Order: sequence, then C-alpha cells, then structure tokens
Amino acid sequence: MALNRRGFLGAGAGVLAAPAVLAEGHARPRVLVIGGGAGGATAARYLARDGAGAVAVTLVEPSRVYVSCFFSNLYLGGLKRIEEIGHSYGGLARGGVNVVHDWAVAVDRAARVVTLAGGGELGYDRLILSPGIDFVEGAVPGWSLAAQNAMPHAYKAGSQTELLRAQVAAMPQGGIFAMVAPPNPYRCPPGPYERVSMVAHVLKETNPTAKILIADPKPKFSKMSLFEEGWAEHYPGMIDWVGEDFGGGVVRVDPDAMTLSIDGEATRVDVCNVIPAMKAGRIAQIAGVTEGNWAPVHAADMSSRVDPDIHVLGDAAAQGDMPKSGFAANSQAKVCANAVLAALTGSAQFPPRYANTCWSLIAPQDGVKVGATYEATAEKIARVDGFISQPGETAALRRETYGESEDWYAAMTADMFGAPVT
Amino acid sequence: MASGVKSRVKLPRRVTAGEVIPIKTLITHRMESGQRVDEAGAVIPRAIIHRFTCHFEDEAVVDIEVHPGIATNPFFEFRARVPRSGVFRFAWYDDDGAVYTDSQAVEVV
Repeated sequence: MALNRRGFLGAGAGVLAAPAVLAEGHARPRVLVIGGGAGGATAARYLARDGAGAVAVTLVEPSRVYVSCFFSNLYLGGLKRIEEIGHSYGGLARGGVNVVHDWAVAVDRAARVVTLAGGGELGYDRLILSPGIDFVEGAVPGWSLAAQNAMPHAYKAGSQTELLRAQVAAMPQGGIFAMVAPPNPYRCPPGPYERVSMVAHVLKETNPTAKILIADPKPKFSKMSLFEEGWAEHYPGMIDWVGEDFGGGVVRVDPDAMTLSIDGEATRVDVCNVIPAMKAGRIAQIAGVTEGNWAPVHAADMSSRVDPDIHVLGDAAAQGDMPKSGFAANSQAKVCANAVLAALTGSAQFPPRYANTCWSLIAPQDGVKVGATYEATAEKIARVDGFISQPGETAALRRETYGESEDWYAAMTADMFGAPVT
Repeated sequence: MASGVKSRVKLPRRVTAGEVIPIKTLITHRMESGQRVDEAGAVIPRAIIHRFTCHFEDEAVVDIEVHPGIATNPFFEFRARVPRSGVFRFAWYDDDGAVYTDSQAVEVV
C-alpha cells in the first residue's frame, strides 16, 4: 500500500467505520469482483482508484482478453477488426487490481468465501457479481451448447463472433442467413437487429441475391421503425422478419440438416444464428441471489435483495427500467463502487445517478440511438426521461450519431480498463 | 413475377361452428411506390400489390384495393365468422400480373 495522504486517510476512516471487518483480522477490507466485463471491470477499477489502497480489490475473470460485445456487430459488418474490440486486463493490474484468471464455481455466503475452478479460495467482505448472461437450456428446441459451432449464438463476443463472420463470408450466392431472435428481457435489445443490418451490409456488397430470415418471438423490437425504414432504404427486399403473429416464437432447429422450422414450416438455411432466451450468469444462481432468471437488487447501491454483502451489476441484475447494456452496467458499477467504498471505509457516498445510451448502426455512417436517465426509487431503478432517433433524419445527423458512438466506445473502454499498458 | 415474395397466413385450424376468428396475413413484397427516383434521377417504376382478396369457399370475405402509400410487406388482419368446415383462400395481385395465392382449411369441431 502506497502511503500517500489520500490512502492514509481512507485507511484511517476504515478503522472507524468498519471495526467488525478489522476484528476479523484483515489488514484491509476485501472486495471481490466476479466478471470482468462492463460492470465488473469498471467496479474494480473505480474501487482501486478511488479507494487508493484502502480496500483490497480482486477481480476474477476467466478470459485473458476481453472482446467487447458492443461494436462486435461492426466487426461482423467488416467495419472493425477483431483486435480493435479486444482489451487486456493489464491496465487494471497496473492500477492496483489483483486480476485472477479463473472461474468462480462456488460461493459460501456464511463464511464469505468464493472457490475457484483452479482450486483456490478467496475471502471477501463485499462480493460484486457481474457475470453477464447465460442461455436458458432448451429455449430453442434442437439447439444446445453442442450445436453452437453449426449454429453460433455469437452473443458472447470472441470466437463465436469470428465463426459467424466466417460463415457469412462462406455463404453460397443467393443463400439464406437465418436468425432466431430472443424473447425479452435479454442483453442489448437492439443488438440482434443491428447484427442483421451489418450482415445485410456485407451481403449487399458480396452476395446481393442472398436473403435474411428472422424468426422473432416478440411482436415488436427496439428501434423497430428506425430499423425497418433503414432496411427498406439500404437493403430492399433482402430481410424477412417473422414476428409473433406468424409463429416467429414457435421455432425448431436441426443443426445437422441446417433447417429452421417456423410454425411448422421448415426452411433449409446456410447460416443460422441462434440467440436463445437468457438468464443471469451461472455464478449468480450458484450464489443463490437469483429469483427466476435474474438477480433482484436495490436501486440505491445495486446490492442484492437476498444478501446485503453481495452486489449484482449489469445484465444479470433485475433492477427495474434500465436495459441490459454495457453502458448501463458501467453506470451501475460506478454507483456500486462508490457505495461499497463508503460502507467499508466511511468515504463520502453520493446520490445514485444512472444513464444509458444504446447506439446502433444500420449501414456505414447511418447511426441511430436510444437512451435515458434514471433515478433510484425504493422499488426499482426508474426511468426519468429519454430520447430516441427519429425516422427520416438527415444523413449528416446520422453520421454525427455514429461519430458519437465511436467516441463513446473509446471513453467506455478507457473507463473500464484504464490506459492501456504499452 | 418478382423474386423473394413470400406469403404467410395465420388463423385457427379448428373452430366451433359460428365462431368469429381472427385472420392475419403477411406478404413479403418490396411495394415499390413509383414515387422514388434512382441515383441517375430516373423514376423507379411502380411495382406494388394493388389488390388483396380472401374467400371462404366461394364467398368473398374481404376484397381490398391497395394504393402506393402502403408500406413494404403489407399486413392485413381481419375477422370472419366460420359457419362450417371449409377452406379460406387468399390472393395478392401484383402490378406485374402475378397473382400470389395461399390457402388454409378450417375444421368445425
């Protein structure tokens, strides 16, 4: 621990505010963060930075490189390289976070100990779970983990995203790209439709007679009028969306025969992107903080409604009105880090403020957005007011909106990981 | 005949006699309005579905005249009373002379 004025005062306040913690014999309160995505990485970085050594911060994350889900559709569209959306955890380690590359497999809430797949154990005073999503077993009949090479989900970015891009590139002329879209709630509400836009952009250039077929269990989707307008303008006649009305939710896939059956009618397809129904990442269930598919939290500090020593961030949390997005997880992480530091060290706690924006790209330079600000109420994170792009906007405004999203990406990843180690 | 046209209909297959059922139809079609110009400034010729009909056996259920303001992939939803078992037949008439048809049998139980 560096002995500077801020760290010294922080540690001193900790003695006063958290005697119970010290009574157990730990030199510093320990915060354990599980999951190094938009929620977990941000929380770890802010705890280490703002705590200035007053708390010991450990991050458990199995991946050596974080490939962001946000902007991974732009990689599918050929507009970004995979390296551009990959980030090292080196910046966090240098910033004072103990980065452990392992899987958390068990949580003993009574003893406050987490067990890792590699056999190690980590104790905590506060546990922050930011595990993202897992898929609901059996959500799409015929599809399972074993079938994800034939029919990729590409909804956890990385090798799956690269696989899907290769499959699109290998489609025969005039072939069919199919997508099974997920039911609400799910990660990144406009994501599947931005993906369709980016695949359509690639096909328009390389395979203009190809078709895109979407089976969707929902009657409508995020930014629907904006996407439909953009699809008619940029990719006329290419995209066929089958919603709830026509059996879009009654699907079955056969990964061996490469067929997608919608309401009993089977179609042979060349690529099938299956995005199943989602639930909180498994460690949230193992920890016993979920109710149904998600983990309910208090809006004031993202603490679990089941265990006050555990906080849940991002996609895994049932918090109220915020969508499951990287921006939202980052926003929640900062509120949570501030509250956890205040509780453990007696530092100042600020009123929670939440914000989110989801940008989507319909075609190169044709960007749209939807966003809102939120406040904490006793029941939930409640929407205050918001904004959304409108149909018929000028090309200049759409270019500007896309530019915003690029600036946001740079700022967001710097906020998560700190400056890259060079 | 335009490419990529696909019709879909959705209605209950088994009903009780005299029941009023919802019928939904969707046809995937570009519906080129005839109002747009291409990059060279030439008018893109109109190519729309201009008429849609539904018959129950020989009896007309709906007969709809469609104009260029209707969006891509026209969707129609309406209700019909089903007196007995029979077949609903649907037809979409394209400007280029093509007629796209679909049908579904309904059984009174």
